[in-house]
Amino acid sequence: MSATSSAAPGPAGPAGVVPATTSVRLRAMSRALFIRLGVLPFFLVAALVVFGLASDNFLTVDNLVNVARQSVYLVLVSLGQMMVLITGGFDLAVGATVALTSVVSALVMASLGTVLPDAVAPVIALGALAGFAAAALVGLANGAGVAWFGVSPFIMTLGVSSVAAGGSLFLTGGVPVSGLPPQFADLFGFGRWLGIPVPVLVAAVAIAVIWVIMTRTRTGAHLYAVGGNIKAAKLSAINTRRTLIVAYVLCALIAALTGLLLTARVESGEANLGGTIALESIAACVIAGVSLRGGIGRVETVVLGAFFIVLVQNGMNLAQIGSYLQMVLLGGLLILAVIFDQLRYRMMMGA
Amino acid sequence: MSPPALIRTVALTKRYPGVTALDRVDFDLRAGEVHVLFGENGAGKSTLISLLAGVSAPSDGEILVRGHHARFTGVADARAAGISAVFQEFSLVPTLTVAENLFLGDEPRAGPFLDRKAMRRKAAALFADLDFAIDPGRLVATLSRAEQQMVEIAKALHGEVGILILDEPTASLTDREVDHLFAVIARMKARGVGIIYISHRMQEFARIADRVTVLRDGRWVGTVAMADTSEAALLEMMAGRAIAEVYPTIARHPGPALLRVEGLHAWGVHGVDLELRPGEVLGVAGLVGSGKSRSFRALMGLLPVHAGRVTLKGVDVTGADTGALMRAGACYVPPDRKTEGLQLAFTTRHNLAQGVLAGSGSRFGLLPWRRIRKRCEATADRVELPVAYRGRPVAQLSGGNQQKTLFGRALGRDYDLYIFDEPTVGVDMGARAAIYRLIRELAEAGKAVVVISSDLPEVMNLAHRLLVFAHGRIAAELDGDGIGEAAVLAHFFDPIPAIPTPDEARLPA
Repeated sequence: MSATSSAAPGPAGPAGVVPATTSVRLRAMSRALFIRLGVLPFFLVAALVVFGLASDNFLTVDNLVNVARQSVYLVLVSLGQMMVLITGGFDLAVGATVALTSVVSALVMASLGTVLPDAVAPVIALGALAGFAAAALVGLANGAGVAWFGVSPFIMTLGVSSVAAGGSLFLTGGVPVSGLPPQFADLFGFGRWLGIPVPVLVAAVAIAVIWVIMTRTRTGAHLYAVGGNIKAAKLSAINTRRTLIVAYVLCALIAALTGLLLTARVESGEANLGGTIALESIAACVIAGVSLRGGIGRVETVVLGAFFIVLVQNGMNLAQIGSYLQMVLLGGLLILAVIFDQLRYRMMMGA
Repeated sequence: MSPPALIRTVALTKRYPGVTALDRVDFDLRAGEVHVLFGENGAGKSTLISLLAGVSAPSDGEILVRGHHARFTGVADARAAGISAVFQEFSLVPTLTVAENLFLGDEPRAGPFLDRKAMRRKAAALFADLDFAIDPGRLVATLSRAEQQMVEIAKALHGEVGILILDEPTASLTDREVDHLFAVIARMKARGVGIIYISHRMQEFARIADRVTVLRDGRWVGTVAMADTSEAALLEMMAGRAIAEVYPTIARHPGPALLRVEGLHAWGVHGVDLELRPGEVLGVAGLVGSGKSRSFRALMGLLPVHAGRVTLKGVDVTGADTGALMRAGACYVPPDRKTEGLQLAFTTRHNLAQGVLAGSGSRFGLLPWRRIRKRCEATADRVELPVAYRGRPVAQLSGGNQQKTLFGRALGRDYDLYIFDEPTVGVDMGARAAIYRLIRELAEAGKAVVVISSDLPEVMNLAHRLLVFAHGRIAAELDGDGIGEAAVLAHFFDPIPAIPTPDEARLPA
């Protein structure tokens, strides 16, 4: 409505014409960009400008590489979260899954390590496998609850989150699990290959695989279809229950991968890893234009969205904003993003 | 010996909690025929096709496909048996492209990966074959309703289809598009495809139908060859009585205008002027998306009003919220009782109590429950709700009793203006007659009554005055004896007026 009225030729004098049309074109362009990609490009530019002005160290290559390395974990979890969001649900259990994976794999590695001190590679592989298996169980529970029993994703994943978090505390008694093979941390926590940190490489491969799944396979097409209109999907002979379960299991497995990388980084199994990552991953997705109503979301922009969150945290650190205040600001940012998502949906459907 | 029927059902039955939607129905479909299913809303047509298409499973009875027993556990099974359906509620995903939708659930692949090139190629070929001009790369959300219908049909036709089910496929098509669709149907027939066709538009039957099966209240009434029957005979089979008996004669004593709308603009409404008078039934007809429902939703405060003026009893109520309008004496009864109308988990009594609560004051902040209860019982009697159902959750009631409850809630207070949006969707004959009696009672008691309906015989028979909507405007106003099917249908497809400037749009249609 406003676009048409502002585009209508007014009785402006010739002097006013040129700037008026360029500003109109700029507005139309940013409107189109907003509808296509959401609020992220605008947030990103704002963050770069604000923090660039606030701190001289922010816009340096070193710092940005550092942000890239730190953002690996959130990027991965956000991609899993994205899959679930695209089906129209969400997963609050990703943080607990990270913790459970960390604890389970560390326990297996530590105990196997004492029995087979020389077989480092099999010990690491078995430990990782155990972590993935535990996470797959979490994902199955979430998916089955949502798909078969019709429990709302909110309650289901909240409940499972409590079970998984409690389980990891129970297994460890709240004490970090140490005694991991040092090679594990050396390779997956701090290793480099061709000068690139191994976690970044692992994330790059994971991103590529997820991108292929979402854009080039039936599974991905069905995830979008289920979220876009679950009834239509069902009437199109799509197994909607299986599709939902796949989404939650894939999300949990990606969280498990993150849990392993974090475990390698801190060199111990910890039940308190991934504390705030559920909220942050949802925020990253929403800011990246993933619709909370399902059906809409792109791998590339979610990667950028997670990067943005870490960038803001880094910028706030450099600007010496305390961590308590950071929580306040991040929460506000999330709410703002959801409000913009609502606006964008209305523009898409009503324009 | 003739070959076995493509589909035969034997005593097919579907029971839902509280209602038998389909009761021992025998039906058969031959190769190369168009078999029309005809009946009221709620007669069981949709239930029958949902069983045939594998959407739901029968409670009893059998389905035979080409002489073989079939047990469908899902749409995929039915499709594998060559049965493909186009449902009234579209099975399209708005956030995906046309091509993606066409192959949803059956995507072409190259190895483990989607073959998007093949998808585009096949989509283009399919559209070329059907002579549809739609770009396969477009997002479904951006298509018009007619275009979505085309995509839906194309989607049903890809692959090996032996049996095609079309549920009201022409509901949102223009005449030209209908001709196009019928040409496609003729081609399918020639290929030996059997087509089950549901429609309310009788004038279509003569053009395409070979046989007609009539259902009423979930039961089979009869199957006749189209050549041996007439519209009047079909209507009588559908209603179970002469059509004149269904619709009451309503006395008309119009008073001075109660509500006046001038130049109303809202989302999908482009300049509507109208007047509602007490003691008169105003019918409102039009296609889905014509703005017929939206205009009234906007004036009731359920949609934002962009421009225009609404006055109720001389008071400006433009853009007032729904609660204020109800207090001022206007009541809107929504079309979808399940999503907008009723509290499904509440009992009938509690639903009725909500209607009473809307008006009653409380003493010392406490609700006068005894008085409310008494009024609820009185209302329940008035809408002819059986006593046995009054303590049951509404979700367990049949469509007809749910609709009576919805009406009862509107009667819980004495309003001056009643707007009924699709008052008899999915309602059996008995409840329908009861609802029509209520409408007569209200109008003859001097209320202003509006009946918005997609059921053409209904609006035409009830209305004293009939507004026909098209493209967000009033295309015609018919009065008394001027109300006729030909006149109404002619205006459904009025050409879209040239893109209006805000000023022009305010001119009356």
